[in-house]
Amino acid sequence: MQTQALRSFCTWLEHTSMSQTIQTVDWVVPAVQTIHILAIAALMGSALMINLKLVGALGRDQPLAHFSERSVRIIWCALPVLLVTGLIMIIGEPARSLQNPVFQLKMCLVITAIAITLCFQAPLRNNAGFWDATVARRGASLALAILSLALWIGIVFAGRWIAYY
Amino acid sequence: MQYDAILKSLEATAVGKAIGESESLFPWIECVHVLAIVLVVGSIAIVDMRLIGWGSRDRSVTRLTRDVLPCTWVAFLFAACSGALLFVSKAVTYGHNFFFLGKMLLLVLAGTNMAVFHLLLSHDVEHWGATPATTPLPARIAGAISLCLWICIVAFGRWIGFTLHPSLGAG
Repeated sequence: MQTQALRSFCTWLEHTSMSQTIQTVDWVVPAVQTIHILAIAALMGSALMINLKLVGALGRDQPLAHFSERSVRIIWCALPVLLVTGLIMIIGEPARSLQNPVFQLKMCLVITAIAITLCFQAPLRNNAGFWDATVARRGASLALAILSLALWIGIVFAGRWIAYY
Repeated sequence: MQYDAILKSLEATAVGKAIGESESLFPWIECVHVLAIVLVVGSIAIVDMRLIGWGSRDRSVTRLTRDVLPCTWVAFLFAACSGALLFVSKAVTYGHNFFFLGKMLLLVLAGTNMAVFHLLLSHDVEHWGATPATTPLPARIAGAISLCLWICIVAFGRWIGFTLHPSLGAG
C-alpha cells in the first residue's frame, strides 16, 4: 500500500517536533525497542505456556481455565505496552514503517492474532470449563492456540525484517 | 594481537563468510535469535517472578520450575547457536563492541546467579510449600537479580545494533 495520502502523512509526521526529538536523541529508539522486546517476551512466554498446557506437556495439576486466565491477562497487559512503544517507533521513522510492506503484513498478523485471542477468551467468561467440555472443543482450543503461537512467531520475524526492507 | 587474530580467523571460516556475504542469511538468523531470546526471557521471568513472590503463588516453585525451565533451556540453546552464527559473521566488529562484551559478561553473571541458586539456596525448596508460599529472602533476591540481569541482556543486545556502525545509527 503506497498511496499519495500515506506518503504525505509520513512526510508531515516526520517533521513534527516529536518525531524530530525521537530521531535526534540517541537513546530513545534503542530504549523503546528494548521495552518493545521485553513486552513481546512476556506475551510469547504466556502464549507458549498456554500451548504447552493445551498439548498436555505441563500444568497437569491445574485446570485449563485457571491457567489460561493468567496467561491471557499477561497478553492483555503486554499489548498496550507494545502499542505505545510501537507508536513511538512509527513517529520516529514514519516512512520506514508505515510504507513498508513487511510492516503492513505485520499489522495484519497482529490483528488476526488479537482476534484469535478474543475467540479463545470469550467463551471462558461465562463458562470456565468451556474448552474442556467436549473432545471437539479441546481440539478446537488446541488449534486456536497453535495458530496464535504461529502468528506471534510470524509477527516477531516480520518485526525484525522491517529493518531490512 | 592474539585476540584479533582469532576474531579474524573466525570471520574467515566458511560459515562466517557465507553469513557475512549473504543478503538474507543474517536477518533470518537474527529472527531466530530474537525469537529464542524472547522465549528465554519470557519463560525465565515466570520463574523469577514466582521467586520474588509476584505471581503463580498458587503453584510450588518445584512444580513451576519443572514445567518452565525445560522450555528456557531449549530456547537458550537456540539463542546461543544463532548468536554464535551472527558473531562469526562480524567477529572483529562484535569482539570490540562495548555492548556485545557487556552482554557476554551479563550472561556469565546470570549463569553464576543461577548456579548459586541451584547449588546453595534451593536445597530446601520442597519445603517452601505451595499456598500461600513465601519464598526465603535469599531466593527472592536471586529472582530479582536474575530478572534485572535478563532485562539488561535484552537492552545490551539491542544497543549492539546501534553501535556497530556509528555513522548509520540504526540496525
